Order: sequence, then C-alpha cells, then structure tokens
Amino acid sequence: MAISKEMGGTHAESHATHGSAEHAHGEPHEPVFVGERRKQLDELLTRYPTKMAALLPALWMLQEDRGWVSEAGMAEVAEVLSLTPAYVKGVVTFYTMYHQHPVGKYFIQVCTTSPCNVCGAEDVVNAFLKHTKCGELGVTSEDGRFTVIEVECLGACGFATPVMINSDFIESVTPEKVPDLISKLT
Amino acid sequence: MGYPHAPHPRETLVLSKYFGDRDAIGLDGWRKRGGYVALERALGMTPAEIVTIVKDSGLRGRGGAGFPTGLKWSFMKPGDGKPHYLCCNADESEPGTFKDREIMRWTPHALIEGCAIGSYAIGAETCYIYIRGEFTEPLERMEVAVREARAAGVIGPNAMGTGKRVDVWVHKGAGAYICGEETALMNSLEGRRGNPRIKPPFPAVAGVFGQPTTINNVETLAAVPHILNNGADWYKKMARPDNPKSTGTKLWSVCGNIARPGNYEVEMGFPFKDFLYDLCGGPPPGRKFKAVIPGGSSVPIMNMEEAEAALMDYEGMVAKGSMLGSAGCIVIDDAQCMVKQIARLARFYAHESCAQCTQCREGTAWATKIMERIEAGEGTMDDLGTLLEIGENMTGKTICVLSDSCAVPIASGIQKWRDEFEAHIKGKRCPFRTAAAA
Repeated sequence: MAISKEMGGTHAESHATHGSAEHAHGEPHEPVFVGERRKQLDELLTRYPTKMAALLPALWMLQEDRGWVSEAGMAEVAEVLSLTPAYVKGVVTFYTMYHQHPVGKYFIQVCTTSPCNVCGAEDVVNAFLKHTKCGELGVTSEDGRFTVIEVECLGACGFATPVMINSDFIESVTPEKVPDLISKLT
Repeated sequence: MGYPHAPHPRETLVLSKYFGDRDAIGLDGWRKRGGYVALERALGMTPAEIVTIVKDSGLRGRGGAGFPTGLKWSFMKPGDGKPHYLCCNADESEPGTFKDREIMRWTPHALIEGCAIGSYAIGAETCYIYIRGEFTEPLERMEVAVREARAAGVIGPNAMGTGKRVDVWVHKGAGAYICGEETALMNSLEGRRGNPRIKPPFPAVAGVFGQPTTINNVETLAAVPHILNNGADWYKKMARPDNPKSTGTKLWSVCGNIARPGNYEVEMGFPFKDFLYDLCGGPPPGRKFKAVIPGGSSVPIMNMEEAEAALMDYEGMVAKGSMLGSAGCIVIDDAQCMVKQIARLARFYAHESCAQCTQCREGTAWATKIMERIEAGEGTMDDLGTLLEIGENMTGKTICVLSDSCAVPIASGIQKWRDEFEAHIKGKRCPFRTAAAA
C-alpha cells in the first residue's frame, strides 16, 4: 500500500520550496521530471500496480541527471510519486549506490571482499588512492576528479579485482594497471 | 565457445554453451540457436502440464536453498482471481558467485524465455527481473533483449501470437546484498527499504504487492527451456546413480587462489577433487590449497580433506560438512591468513546487515570487531569463546539467515583453524604478515 498523498503532500511541497535553496551546497534545484524524463517516468509507472514501485528507478534518474541525490531532489521525487520526503529519504539511506552528497567526476569502487582480498585487492585500492591523489577512502581529490571507495562484492569474483569507474565495469585490475586506467580519464 | 576460457572436455555445456559467443546475444542469433522454441511449445500446453514436467525433472532452486522448482510453482493456485507475479532474482551478490552475471551477459534471451515460461506456468502475466545495480553490463544487455523480444511479439500483450499476455520487465537494484533474500527483494521492488519480511505469509500466498508471487533464481529459470525441449528424463539422468535428489547440470563459479578461475558447468555429483585440480588447474604455482568455501561465503568452510572427498551436488556437499548454496566456490591457499579472511567476511556481513533484527545488527558488528582485534594481534583466548557464544545467539533467531551466514564461517574457522587463531593471540601479531608489512 502506497503512503497516501495526504500523509505528506503538503509537507512535500513546503519542503521542496525550502529545498530549492539547497543551503548545503548553494545550488538551486532544477526539476528533473519534466519533458523526456517525465515521459520515461510515466511509461515506467505503467509497469507496476503502485506508484511507489517506481521509487528506485526515479531515484536512479535523479542521480544520473544530477550526479547525486540531494534533499531537494528527494523532495521532487516524493512529489511526483505522492510520497513524503521523509519516506523517500528513508529508502535512499538504505541503499549504498545513491550518493547523498556530491562525489568526484570519476567515482571509483574497488571490490575488496574475500575472493578479491585473497587475490590482492587491498594493493589495488592503495594504488588508486595513490595515483588519484585522493589519499583516503571516500575523500574526493582536490581537483574534484576522483573519489575512491571500497565496495562489497561486485559479483565478478573470478575476475579479481573488479573495479567500477562510474558505470564502467572493469575486470582483472592489478596495481600495475592503475596508472594507465587513470591516465585515460580526462 | 567458453568464457573466459575454452570449455573443459569433462564439462557438460547446457546453460553455458554460448558463453563468449557474441552472436548468441541478440534475438536473431538466439533464434538460430533454437531459442524460443520451448516458449512456443509451452504456450500451447496447460500450465499444469509444464509444472508436472519441471517437477519430474527434479530441478531445484539454484539461488542457494535448493527448493524443488516444480513444487514451488505448484503453490500458486490457479483461478484465485488475483494477479500473480514472477520475480526473477538476479541480485547476485553472494561473495564468490558470478554465474548469473554470465547468463545475462551472453544469453539474455535464454533468461527471458525461462521467465516467460515460468510466468505462464504460475498464471502470472508479469515478471520482474530484479538485477543488482552494480551489474551495469548485464542490465544493459537484459534491457536491450527485453525491448527486442517485446518488439518482435515474443513477449508482451500477445506473446508469440497466442493472445496470452506475458510482460517481462527489468528492475534495477541500488546496492544492498540483502535484496537477494526473496522477501527483501519484494520490498525493494515495491519501493521500500530492503528489509526481509517475516514468513508466513509465504510469497505464494502474499508476495510482491500483496499478491501470490514466485521468486526464482536466474539459473533456475534459464534451465527451464532446456527441460521443455529435451524432456524431464534427459535432465534427471544428469545425476549420480545413487542420488536422484540432485539432477541436471550446475554452473560453478570458481575464484580466489586457483589457476583458472571462471565458470564451469558440470553434471550433479561431479567429484570435487577432479574439479579443483583437473578442470580448474589446481593451486597457483608454488602454493597449496588450504581451504574451500564451496557454496558462496555463507556456507561452512571446508578443509582440503573434506573438499577432496566431496561430490558436487546438494547432498554431496552436506555429507562433507558444507552446502552447495549458490555454488560460488572461493578457494584459499596456504599463503593466506584464515583469521584475516574470516574477519573480512564478518565485515561484509556487518556492512550488509539490514539492522532490523538485534541479534544480527549487534552480532555482526561485534563479531567483526573481535575478529579484527584478533587479526591485529590484540585478541585474548577468551575472545574465541565469546565469538562462539555470539555466533550461537546469531543463529536461528532472526527474520532471515544473514545473521547465521556471518556466524557460520567464524564457527567453522575456529573449529578447523584454531591453531591460526591461537598463533595470533599468543604471538600478538599475524604470523602471515611479513616484517616489512607489519
């Protein structure tokens, strides 16, 4: 059962107004679900018996267009799906792939779970931290280009170490291959 | 074909026959390889006839639990006036497992065909394929294949021109291991946090959107067209003569410290020793195998004595103290520290706990802290007892089995490699770390 509009609709609108100021980062929120995006969402809604089921896909659209999932973005998603912003935030915070703050232009995820760990994944992480000049996990490099994180099992264990750079999935990365991979990123 | 290596002569290629074959990915290529013949035949049969064939074949769930597929389908009551749903679980995220990924990358239409047949057999008009968000390439290939199949009228409101509706949709996850648990998957699909649900009600009674639902793994559904094409007897014969409970072929993902990692397809009951040394090429040069986790990270760790005596089917793995699980085989060699690797597994479960149940939320976190303390050389002998006690409190007491899955490798690790744990505690350092790295 979807949370009814009455439970949070008014709040959603007022929150969107506040959110448009986007005080944390000072950028106004341009609506995502207009034009082509709105059409895509409407088509998506025909696939499910509830509006709420389109929440994860809608959040993906938001992140693809804006690079991350801001409070104001969540408020817009809440509005278009007749949910409350609090509900949407509750869902966003459950999943690891939605960025709740801006990340580097290249978001690098290195698998370090046991199957990759026994094949030397920690050395791959260290090579990325060194060559991107990030230094630390989760910290964006000073030039804003890179963020490196460790990720739990990417499901490509036979190709240790798999690395994701944005949506590119790269198999069999070794520390030696890291400088070349990074030099290809503009 | 073969991917990433040529098939071994002792493999039996059914599901993996076209891995690495780019021409098999598209609809035309798939049709040339016999694709959608089984769907056409299926739509001309009654759903009950299909369920009977799948029951007779002995096919069991390939996601981990090994539940008989035909029996699961038979729980969906026809004519109850409710919409039925099929969910294909493609949230492959059990460490060590990467077989469904290759099915989706190389033979996306095989999965769509299995989904369509499964939907029809359980009286569902809609199937959702829930794919983990990290699988960008499989997601793309499945999306393209679904569009192709829909445009060609293979699926959709008038599937194969029969007037029957079979919709198949791809749904992208967003990063959560727990969404591979079937009730968490349904919550996630509904647009909720991926917390597992208490059973009962079971999905066949009240599943996704509160309606009767069946959840099947990718490999399970991909096997169905082959069973319809070749018959239940053909499938049933691929088994040990003395064990008719495990039938067919099984994809095994092999990774870790082994010469030829990758996916292999063998008949049920294949000797594990031959598999590890002959098919997979044994340990890396100069090393020896120390341990094998045969069924994804959630099953008990085997020592080599157990592994080399095991037969590769559901019962064969249980007989040697472990489980077939998702058949994601993690191999660990003698250069690895068991304490470190078990600590890493514990950290995985702590990270992935949905935090709904206290035993799991607290248990996985504390077990990880204690394991990492021992690994760092700061543990005490009392810690071993504490770990086992925490493990007992984590087992059989929660809504789903994530908690149990964390306790299992710790318990089997302490039982089988106690000497390594004690060496860390007594020596106050990890004996596997070189002086330079310490």
